[in-house]
Amino acid sequence: MNVEQEIWRWLEEVKDPEIPSVSVVDMGMVKSVYVTEVGRVQLDMIPTFVGCPALNLIEKEVKNTLQSKPGIKDVTVTFVMDIPWTSDRINEQGRQNLKKYGIAPPPKDYQEGDPWVAECPYCSSPKTVMENVFGPTACRSILYCTTCKNPFEAIKPV
Amino acid sequence: MNKMMIQTAKDAQGHADFKDALVSLLFQLADDNFIVGYRGSEWLGLAPHLEADVAFCSIAQDHTGHAALFYQLLEDLGQGKADDLAHLREAQAFKNAILVERPNGKGDYIVNPQYDWGYAVIRQYYFDLFEMVRLQALKQSSYEPLAQAAEKLSREKYYHVLHGQTWLKQMALTTDEAKQRLHKALQQVWQDLDELFDMGPLGEDLTKYGIIESRDLIRQRFISKAKEDLASVNMNWPGEPSRPKEKGREGEHTSDLDTALENISEVYRQDPAANW
Repeated sequence: MNVEQEIWRWLEEVKDPEIPSVSVVDMGMVKSVYVTEVGRVQLDMIPTFVGCPALNLIEKEVKNTLQSKPGIKDVTVTFVMDIPWTSDRINEQGRQNLKKYGIAPPPKDYQEGDPWVAECPYCSSPKTVMENVFGPTACRSILYCTTCKNPFEAIKPV
Repeated sequence: MNKMMIQTAKDAQGHADFKDALVSLLFQLADDNFIVGYRGSEWLGLAPHLEADVAFCSIAQDHTGHAALFYQLLEDLGQGKADDLAHLREAQAFKNAILVERPNGKGDYIVNPQYDWGYAVIRQYYFDLFEMVRLQALKQSSYEPLAQAAEKLSREKYYHVLHGQTWLKQMALTTDEAKQRLHKALQQVWQDLDELFDMGPLGEDLTKYGIIESRDLIRQRFISKAKEDLASVNMNWPGEPSRPKEKGREGEHTSDLDTALENISEVYRQDPAANW
């Protein structure tokens, strides 16, 4: 395994501070990893929602985690916007890990303006209703499952 | 004429007229979002029910985040630190439209807030609808970082507009009291609405350099969308929008902005060097 591949693997240890079952890699927030010279790493990351207050925390976590690894001396994180974050960037593992935390993953290939439905992360029933498009964080909505009678959250498709 | 494309802040430094126009627009974008975000945050704990509170605060957070992004673009262009731009300028340096600085109602957040929810949601809805159209007009911007930002932000803006439409419907299609309040809110918003489209003294340069599409096009798209919306909930078109007597885009403001800024920046101004 080369160093860059190893860094990607280490980055799986950095969890989203608001969803502790999902890593920043799962969320699709890491765009690229470069080793610029021995021990020096440059990371380009994509912010999920622009006003997300967790971004600074994530940056700090990424630095702390990587700098604790053998051979890594210096880490620079840049948030870039040349490609926008979309909810399709969440990988399959991320989708599974979201469900484990009781959060429905976003619908795939969502087109703006389409009605969106989410399966209940607890019982997989499609019979759910939107309670509030806005949830506890910018990226989540609150829904209700009419089958198992649980409220749950879902990642907004963007 | 071939459209000039400017890829980075560094490239913009070499084109003084282009940069001046760009900076003037970025202040409008940043200040509109910063102040409307503050007005939204003043509802924290006061909205009519919990879901409304969560939604309104979430949107206020987005507005503030969008403002932070525009202030960052200004910082990149050498205009000073983003936080300082937000918190250390005097009211006359702000370029927001008057509509967003209007208070939520009578009273004060701490002391007896007699806020008007009807006005607040409708004011915010028309700002967001305008912002959606303005972002659309920036997607092909000749300033690449701004075009990228517009692409990103409009995905979030969609949800803000959806929220506003829901309230518009709820107010228009339910009780007589709700309808009356909606009618009153529309009258109030319409007194300030036309100023949103102004782009300040360098407005013509902005279009000439392809930084944003023209005022007329933006206004036309907005009006047609707004007409369609009101018709869909059986509300009459309130007529031609007017403008306030102050020119917000040129730094003329009401005393409500002074009060708002004192509040927003009180802590930051105590120690601008503090590390947050």
